[in-house]
Amino acid sequence: MPFSKEKQIKIHDLMVKARLLEERLIKMNKSGLGFFWIGGAGEEAFHVPLGMLIKKGEGLDYDFLHFHYRQSATLLTLGVEMIDVIRQMHNTAADPYSGGRNFVNHFAVKKWNVVNVTSPIEVQLATCIGTGVAHRRHGGEGITIVTGGDAGTAEGEFASALGWASRKDRELPILNIVTDNRYGISTPFAEVHCDRPIAERGRAFGIESATINGNDVAESYAAIEKAMAYVRKKRKPYLLEVKVSRLYGHSSASGANWVEGEVDGIVEFEKKLKNAKILGEDDFKKVREKYEQESIEAVKKVLKEPKPKPEVIFEHIFADRKDAEIPWPPWLKK
Amino acid sequence: MANMAQAIRMALHIGETELGVKDVFGEDVGPPLGGVFTCTQGIKCAWNSPLDERGIIGCALGLALAGQRPVAEIQFADYIFNTIDLLKLCGNTRWVSNGQWPVQMVVMVPVGAGIHGSIYHSHSFESVMTHLQGWKIVIPSTPLDAFGLMLSAIKDPNPVMYLIPKALLRSRGEEKIPGEPEDPKELNTMIDAPLGDRSKWKPVWPKLKDPNMLLGKAKICLGGRDVSVITYGRMVFKCVEAAQKLKEQDNISVEVIDLRTLFPYDQEAIFDSVKKTGRVVVVNEDTEVTNYGEHILRRITEDCFYSLEAPPALLAGANVPGVGLAEPLEEASVPQTSYIIDTVRRVVKQS
Ligand SMILES: Cc1ncc(C[n+]2csc(CCOP(=O)(O)OP(=O)(O)O)c2C)c(N)n1
Repeated sequence: MPFSKEKQIKIHDLMVKARLLEERLIKMNKSGLGFFWIGGAGEEAFHVPLGMLIKKGEGLDYDFLHFHYRQSATLLTLGVEMIDVIRQMHNTAADPYSGGRNFVNHFAVKKWNVVNVTSPIEVQLATCIGTGVAHRRHGGEGITIVTGGDAGTAEGEFASALGWASRKDRELPILNIVTDNRYGISTPFAEVHCDRPIAERGRAFGIESATINGNDVAESYAAIEKAMAYVRKKRKPYLLEVKVSRLYGHSSASGANWVEGEVDGIVEFEKKLKNAKILGEDDFKKVREKYEQESIEAVKKVLKEPKPKPEVIFEHIFADRKDAEIPWPPWLKK
Repeated sequence: MANMAQAIRMALHIGETELGVKDVFGEDVGPPLGGVFTCTQGIKCAWNSPLDERGIIGCALGLALAGQRPVAEIQFADYIFNTIDLLKLCGNTRWVSNGQWPVQMVVMVPVGAGIHGSIYHSHSFESVMTHLQGWKIVIPSTPLDAFGLMLSAIKDPNPVMYLIPKALLRSRGEEKIPGEPEDPKELNTMIDAPLGDRSKWKPVWPKLKDPNMLLGKAKICLGGRDVSVITYGRMVFKCVEAAQKLKEQDNISVEVIDLRTLFPYDQEAIFDSVKKTGRVVVVNEDTEVTNYGEHILRRITEDCFYSLEAPPALLAGANVPGVGLAEPLEEASVPQTSYIIDTVRRVVKQS
């Protein structure tokens, strides 16, 4: 391992926290406490290191983050609270990301430059161009980081992002991450792609790229560090293709049941931690119990919280609510 | 007197020097051309984007998220349709983030027929655009309004879609922009790029005053008693022309209202006028099925029903896939002055 014992323990802790949270969200969905689940079980080994290496803050001195809906592990690493994710799952008024408007794992955290996670696949690959342009002009070490799935690379925005980021003498400091779980919803990779790694598409644009095993913590950490160092210093784009697992299928729409035969990054990491005698079975169990408990407490609390009031549908459409008030639906009190 | 393209240019100049605009961009927007209609000539922060409309809107949104106040251009409304979901995204970003992420940006795009543009340089866009929430939508009909509305659009903390009636870009208004030179030729020499090599050319900008126009305010172009004509963009002139003829020929007194902002629209001005005249014709050149004007008519019908003395009417473009190139085809596709006269006459004679 290229990093300290303490860091490995921390990474393990966050990975388990993210997994336990996702499993709690799935349980909530199955017991009718949340309408829909989509999330990142199976991507923790990559997303925790990513969260650790992000330059976190607000404004162009920091990284701008255009994320996919499978990045709870990154967000927990950045410091979001489990309970807030559970609030979004249960769409309560206190959901800090969308005020009960959006699905779970659709984060928006202005103070850390986390822009809205969106449903339309790959639109973030278009939006990232703009923060990339702003980052280029601003200079410094802040970069734009964007994540999308493998199937999403078929959308035009993927090519847009590569094209705009690689214009000669106008290169953009964008770290473009493709998390490849080998499926769209059900459509397998092979039905969409040629028989070459997605990372190779970078070559046509003169973009540095790499393909890595995102189920391996050390490999992920090192690859992210390398890619970020390049983007931060050279102010040029980098394409990182990351092989990940999809442990509970696409979403609750496909059942959200455990999928046999996928590599589990947590199991892999725990083997290494055990071999290195950094942590043992008892420690693993304790971490799990800690977050199991935290998630249960959080659900209990959230269930008592109010849902948003109907009138708020007209809030935050414009800076000034009055601009949205004509026409007004007759069923809604003003 | 400035033409509309010059007015937009002068507003963008104030945008980049005084209002924090750092990017005016789009296809062929930067030097040497300065936009296919020259609206961005001489703007220092204007740059050429790749030929990628989705990239342009995405880039504008990203710039706005980074607090940069961009003005993006889509070259023709005919080519904006592939950006609809990104426009939706711009419009819902503040809302879905529960107010966290403001999106201060302007998109400008030429719309409408009237320049023999055939099927792909004549589309209107307001009926589709007004279906996308979270945007303010403006459409000037005079250079002064073009100037003032652009400045107000840039200052507005929301996404603003700035529709440009392309047939009016070379038109000069009757009202001067405060501060512009008396002689239009003088303005031309100051801010129009020369033909040929432009690499050493620099515009000389007149010192202009921001009229501080409010978005959401209509303008009464012509006061009248007998019938209200509610319109905007290129149709304003045709409606005013029709009104003058109706006055001369039939002694009908027509009130012409230029909405200027399509969302949020000036309900008060519309209702006041209709309640006064009791008769109304809404005129625009977008295709007539699920037309923006239908919404205005529906509001009038529901809210001003007992003030109405005749069935209200919508005069809009024919419901065909595009505006054909040959003159008879174009004339058959979008309202002409004579159709406005006929429609207004019919509404006035009905009781
Ligand atoms: C533009 C768009 N088309 C279709 C969908 C429906 N949809 C949701 S997720 C998905 C598959 C996405 O696959 P991929 O990009 O590989 O990401 P993954 O979910 O596997 O992480 C589809 C088709 C959508 N959300 N957006």
